[in-house]
Amino acid sequence: MLTDYLPILLLLVFAIGFAAVNLALTHLIGPKKSTQAKLSVYESGVQPVGDTRQRISIRFGLIAMLFIIFDIEVVFLYPWAIVFKKFTENSGYFILIEMLVFIGILFLGYIYAWKKGGLSWD
Amino acid sequence: MDLPLNVLIISSLIKIVVVVHILLIGVMGMILAERKVSGWIQDRHGPNRVGPWGILQPIADGIKFLLKEDLVPDHVDKPVYLLAPAIILVPALVTCGVVPFGSSITVSGYEIPLQIADINIGVLYILAITSLGVYGVVLGAWASNNKYSLLGGLRSSAQMISYELTLGLSLIGVLILSSSLSLREIAIQQGSYPWTWNFLIHFPAFLAFTTAAFAETNRLPFDLAEAEQELVGGYHTEYSSMKFAMYFMAEYMHMIVGSAVAVTLFFGGWQFFGLETVGGPFWSGLISVGIFFVKTAFFLFVFIWVRWTLPRFRYDQLMNLGWKFLLPITLASIVVTATVWAFTQSKVLVGILNVVVACIVVAIVSTTLVMTREPEPVEDRGILSFTKESSS
Amino acid sequence: MELNPQQLVFYLFALLTIGSAVVVVTIRNIVYAAFSLMVTLFSIAGLYVFLQADFLAATQVIVYVGGILVLILFGVMMTSGSLDLKLKLERGQLFWGGVVSLTIFGLLLSVITNTPQWENVDIGASQEPTTRKIGEMIMKEEYLLPFEIASILLLVALIGAALISRKEVRDE
Repeated sequence: MLTDYLPILLLLVFAIGFAAVNLALTHLIGPKKSTQAKLSVYESGVQPVGDTRQRISIRFGLIAMLFIIFDIEVVFLYPWAIVFKKFTENSGYFILIEMLVFIGILFLGYIYAWKKGGLSWD
Repeated sequence: MDLPLNVLIISSLIKIVVVVHILLIGVMGMILAERKVSGWIQDRHGPNRVGPWGILQPIADGIKFLLKEDLVPDHVDKPVYLLAPAIILVPALVTCGVVPFGSSITVSGYEIPLQIADINIGVLYILAITSLGVYGVVLGAWASNNKYSLLGGLRSSAQMISYELTLGLSLIGVLILSSSLSLREIAIQQGSYPWTWNFLIHFPAFLAFTTAAFAETNRLPFDLAEAEQELVGGYHTEYSSMKFAMYFMAEYMHMIVGSAVAVTLFFGGWQFFGLETVGGPFWSGLISVGIFFVKTAFFLFVFIWVRWTLPRFRYDQLMNLGWKFLLPITLASIVVTATVWAFTQSKVLVGILNVVVACIVVAIVSTTLVMTREPEPVEDRGILSFTKESSS
Repeated sequence: MELNPQQLVFYLFALLTIGSAVVVVTIRNIVYAAFSLMVTLFSIAGLYVFLQADFLAATQVIVYVGGILVLILFGVMMTSGSLDLKLKLERGQLFWGGVVSLTIFGLLLSVITNTPQWENVDIGASQEPTTRKIGEMIMKEEYLLPFEIASILLLVALIGAALISRKEVRDE
């Protein structure tokens, strides 16, 4: 089984090498005639106002939190989906009910988040 | 998969070199195709100066990128700024590792599968590597130390993680009926006739998957991250020369690999009316690769077509689509597929009920959205209100 | 000691894990630390592959690298006000931090040494894919309750997330 991953490792090494060669080549070949204007912040020619590093909206954090929760649900669903067919042939509807309960509980949370306005971007 | 180790290493090295080059040529082809098709859609010529019919245009573009100044502005965070293009390019290249682009080819007695690695968690591998794509964007945006970059990067990363959920959930219906995570296995199970392919059985999930794939590549109508009119270039505003080209290449590679995955999971992979079995053990392999490329090319054409047809979403519309439409649709599709299969074991019924339930979900969600919509606040809109008054 | 290629790759991943983890705790720039943590989590996924836990490896990347670390980055951007915030140690932090980490380290050490079947396995040997096995175990009675409780846990987290952010928005 481990040898199945050998090509992936080779591909990873190849990809990193490709990216590194690209970065090095453009550094070596390109001309170097930098001026103060080129090195300043690009804001469409207007003098930059204020600092870039400001606080961002909490919405982004909320999206990331919701994402993790549903992502974990997705991860749980994968092993279930793989064995579903086999289990319905052997032991009936138990596996179906089990997952319906799981999805149902999370769906309640989803409805709650929606009602609270956690899903809307205003 | 009982190849001796040395054959395995040599064959995989050859496959890696060939696939990566095909991917790069594909990127070049896409650059040309994008400009040609957009020219066609907008009733103009498109590139036609470099070489016959402009086919050398991408090569000229590439040389130009390479010869441009490698600019590192003063205000950037240098290590992260230089690493970010590599971080976005590497996952884009590595994703293609599990996509089966053909059946198998027999060379000097060894049957070599036309796929870099057939690992038995193929689908999860795709999802895992896709989720790495967000780092190139976030880190590049942060390192650039530019307001446009930061805004574009934040928008893009929130969008990418939102649609990643849809990407993950939309595949579960397929997995329920195929009982395998290997992309090769799923492709083979679909058979070689279009009416047995997965896109008919899981039509809503297929649409959700395609939409999410569009969103993951940050292209129109999901290109808020690099909306030129407001953010210049978005997260790669401060990037120039080959570093910008790496972002560009990564976007096109995501498109190509995304199309290839869609073909594998929903359109029967390299199979088409039994054509893939014609010829001996060598030629049938090549024919299957050809079929796979044609199907992928069709998807890529749809990518370009949509880009030049649809206008950009507003950010709240984008989030609504992801969280309030696609998420319930894919969840419903999972429940329907599992329930109908458990009771009837009929793929036809699964296909029909999937569509019916998806329509019901869309109806419920849209009614809820319309019912709970707050009235538009009347406010002074500056120059807009002025033009409104003067026109009335 | 002779190193075969497989062991060489393993040690490379192990070195990467430990090295980047050291960088996470020593570096002062918080975004560099987060970036280094990404390398750590990713190489741990590589180690999982060596343990033939392929499902776990993919999950590690999907959940930790693709989700939790993004949240950490967003969190840094939301709270600090300035991303160039340099981490500083207050007096007493070193002591209590040391106590906590030494306790956890001792706990892990005792778990490692007390595990009875702790032995080297031939990593070249072929094993059946783990995803199916995990699915079967969750769906049978033995792990059914923890599985459903996990959904309750996720529900609580979901409600909490929705509540916290609403309050913040109203305060603005």
